[in-house]
Amino acid sequence: MKIDPSQVRHLAKLAWLELSDVEIEKYAKDLSAILDYVDQLNVLDTKTVQPTYHVMKHLKPGRQDEVRPSLNLDTFLENVPQHQEGAIQVPKIIEIT
Amino acid sequence: MELYDLTISEASQKLQSKEISSEELTQSVLKRIEATQKQLNSFITITKEAALLQAKKVDEKRKRGDALSALAGIPIGLKDIFLTQGIRTTCASKILEGFIPAYDSTVTARLKKNDVVLVGKLNMDEFAMGSSNENSFFGPVKNPWDLERTPGGSSGGSAAAVASGQCLGAFGTDTGGSIRLPASLSSVVGLKPTYGRVSRYGVIAFASSLDQVGPFGKTVLDTALLLKSVAGEDAYDATSVRKPVPNYEQFLKKDLKGVKLGIPKEYFSKGLNSQVEASVQKALSDLKSLGASLIEISLPHTAYAIPTYYLVCTAEASSNLARYDGVKYGYRAEATSLAEMYAKTRGQGFGAEVKRRIMLGTFVLSSGYYDAYYKKASQVRTLLKKDFEDAFLKCDVIVTPSSPTTAFKIGEKIEDPLTMYLTDVFTTSANLAGIPGLVLPCGFDDQNLPIGLQLLGPYFQEEKLFHVGHAYEQATEWHKRKPKL
Amino acid sequence: MNFEAVMGLEVHVQLKTKSKIFCRCSTHFDARENENICPVCTGMPGSLPVLNEEAVHMACKMALATNCKVQSVSVFARKNYFYPDLPKGYQISQYDQPLAIDGWVEIPLSNKEIKKIRLERIHMEEDAGKNVHGSHFSYVNFNRAGIPLIEVVSKPDLRSSEEAGNYLRSIQRMVRYLEIGDGNMEEGSLRCDVNISLRPTGAEKLGTKVEIKNMNSFRFVENAIEYEIERQKEALQNGQKIIQETRLWDSNQNKTFSMRSKEEAHDYRYFPEPDLMPLEVAPKALEIIKTQLPELALEKQKRFMRDYQLSQADSGTLVQEKSLADYFEAVVKECQAPRLASNWILSELLREVEASSVSKSKITPKHLGQLILLIQKGTISGKIAKTVFEKMLQSGDLPQKIVETEGWVQISDDAELEPIIEAVVKENPNLVKAYQAGDAKKFGFFVGQVMKKTQGQANPQKVNELLKKKLGDV
Repeated sequence: MKIDPSQVRHLAKLAWLELSDVEIEKYAKDLSAILDYVDQLNVLDTKTVQPTYHVMKHLKPGRQDEVRPSLNLDTFLENVPQHQEGAIQVPKIIEIT
Repeated sequence: MELYDLTISEASQKLQSKEISSEELTQSVLKRIEATQKQLNSFITITKEAALLQAKKVDEKRKRGDALSALAGIPIGLKDIFLTQGIRTTCASKILEGFIPAYDSTVTARLKKNDVVLVGKLNMDEFAMGSSNENSFFGPVKNPWDLERTPGGSSGGSAAAVASGQCLGAFGTDTGGSIRLPASLSSVVGLKPTYGRVSRYGVIAFASSLDQVGPFGKTVLDTALLLKSVAGEDAYDATSVRKPVPNYEQFLKKDLKGVKLGIPKEYFSKGLNSQVEASVQKALSDLKSLGASLIEISLPHTAYAIPTYYLVCTAEASSNLARYDGVKYGYRAEATSLAEMYAKTRGQGFGAEVKRRIMLGTFVLSSGYYDAYYKKASQVRTLLKKDFEDAFLKCDVIVTPSSPTTAFKIGEKIEDPLTMYLTDVFTTSANLAGIPGLVLPCGFDDQNLPIGLQLLGPYFQEEKLFHVGHAYEQATEWHKRKPKL
Repeated sequence: MNFEAVMGLEVHVQLKTKSKIFCRCSTHFDARENENICPVCTGMPGSLPVLNEEAVHMACKMALATNCKVQSVSVFARKNYFYPDLPKGYQISQYDQPLAIDGWVEIPLSNKEIKKIRLERIHMEEDAGKNVHGSHFSYVNFNRAGIPLIEVVSKPDLRSSEEAGNYLRSIQRMVRYLEIGDGNMEEGSLRCDVNISLRPTGAEKLGTKVEIKNMNSFRFVENAIEYEIERQKEALQNGQKIIQETRLWDSNQNKTFSMRSKEEAHDYRYFPEPDLMPLEVAPKALEIIKTQLPELALEKQKRFMRDYQLSQADSGTLVQEKSLADYFEAVVKECQAPRLASNWILSELLREVEASSVSKSKITPKHLGQLILLIQKGTISGKIAKTVFEKMLQSGDLPQKIVETEGWVQISDDAELEPIIEAVVKENPNLVKAYQAGDAKKFGFFVGQVMKKTQGQANPQKVNELLKKKLGDV
């Protein structure tokens, strides 16, 4: 599977990564090589194989519906880059596609 | 001998008999850090004052006659992936530079309960992505056995620190070999426990279905003590498993009578360095002379582990790392629009390998490719898991090499991601299957570079690994060699 | 050409658990900015979700009440997209293995028939936070992030705005009957997206669908559908193609407008949530939930019609709100007069009190029941009863007390009434003559006079009886 720079650009857009043209070229090459390498999985017939998403089979009961004290707002805000009156401030959301 | 050269169990006895104080021990370790940090770059943050304060506190508790754990007063290092309340936690990334956690990871909290002394946060590959510890925003870690070489990654700082006496024990995480590879390349003992054995709460996620926390020690016994202190179900981690944690020490016997060791032929193929192979073969014969029987087994899908691993881990990582967007914490790039803020923050905040993996993971989950890549890999994962389940019907523990080569040079593989990925060829299967794996020293090559032996066990039977590892360790001297720094 | 509208609804219901779905923060909505937050619901590094059992319990109730099959194993999945109110960069939802599938709800039609609307699925997910927009910046509040939601997805079985409205009301009623949510559209605890397409009447094949969002009241949903049907009809009649897109309802302009095919750029990259084990609902647990299900509105209505002989219309109104139905039954229990209870509630109580807040009224079922008993016993007249009702509404006093304090007990005693009737007859000899000559209409006048002299307290039946006797005697 070959990945061309336009596909890299599309992926970078999906993942919100601003990349330089040099990076885009490099990643196109790297991703193509990696995907060529992983194509070896296709020799395995897995039509009837169930996928494993969790290695442990145990089914876990959930927790009780109880309220615990929340995080202290000031502590939370210490890490927030910009905030106002307890809310996180970000550049105005218009449309982000 | 300096105090920092002690094992945990030795130091613990001396502390309990009041032959030494935790303050003395901690001072010794801090001096060692001061003397060697520049060479090794194993720490991202050193918590000197807090460590000394804690050491004094534990000494006072001991004076008062409080009941203390075996780990009380022992200087420990944590990979900078464990959240530590009030202490900067970066995951070796620019995007978390200056992030001060508001809470402790469960591992941190349990260690605090055990009154350990935290000496600092250890260097690593950014977001635990790497096999050489070169992908750190804070610079690479050097191998204490040869400063031009890598200690292995991603928990390179943890392995180098334990190997060089910068702490008596450490914790790391292992997603595809990130504990076992550095343990192997740095000549320390490292354990990746069964998935679900140790809580992942408060451990920065790389690939959630593979990540597992584990200890580094100078001996198998130390490693067992460290595991015991943090293992067990956690109400904050739904994937942690409710199973009692055994008293591992009782399994550390010297002989291996009746123990069946499986030797998978797929791990001894081309690509395995001849000196590494020779050391592993010698170890196998040593194990046999301790009473174990050796059985040739097959793990037929071994060759597919690496491609499977890189599909699964990147997919999960692409999602796990979406939260680093500049909104709530960490780095936020200057921007006038939200779109610009997102793209710049992430474009500038993540390093090259992290971005590569995010993109690969985004690709394998994307519409039209999911079935061919992510689902396919998850199906092969089932086959790999079954390989082990079948094998453990025939043997108690599987013995393999832990790395195809000894430590390689810094810069040697960094330009070629695929070659770097193949470094994990012997370790990723255990993560994909969820089984435990222990790596311990088993020799040195002609350049005095460490060689490691890997033991793989059935689910939740870490004690079997400790048993075999301890018996081997008692019969050999490899673990006693120290790097000259 | 005539067209038929085909619609399916996606309804989001906030569940009213005490704590959030994946952490123990309070779900209380009356809170300061970012008051109910923790590492989990703000997407801090290293935090992990742990499922709230009560949310599952509530979701199962809805699934059973809507005749869905609850899957023995369902799987949480991550829906990946970036938005400031989405702290983790993904929403934990359910995708290809939802909690429940294949159900149906019955909705009433205007022709009094009942229509079955099939459900595709019900799945669980977490709510996002809230963004508030200023002139240069937006502000993010995570109090709502992590509140449990269920999404109820119907099949394309709805054909008109009226059906859609009735369906949505049925879902709302069910949520309230089950006591799993507030179901309040204005406050956002009930939200609805509409998928709508048109096809030539009689055609099988579905047209291109458009999704409409941003309608926060029943009226807006109905208006948006009406508008969209007209818009699409016009387009089709002009030979234009319908574009598959998401449109937002603008309630100021009363129209929908395009979000400029944002969908195309979306690739949610769903995959199973590795941090949560698959969710198992044991058949036994489900059986227990089944036994805990309350009687739902339609069943209740049928029972009211059967057991209390109420009309379809009256019983229908009484079951609109569970609290109202409960109120009605409590009144019946007090007075054993269902028809009177129904009449009083529908014509008097609902004139003063909202159906949804009868339980908060000063007139409790005990008040109303006792009032009806007083009427039945003849202690007060119906007319006086209405005055007593007004007094109760203000003071909250029991009817007996009001009647006694005001001295409004009805006069039914012959000995007390006879002298008054005697007086009225004596005072109006001409009218008596006229009446006796055959002018039957004059009878009302005498009754009125008696009532006037007794300040309305005379028992009208008694007055009739005694008057007739008296006038016949003369």
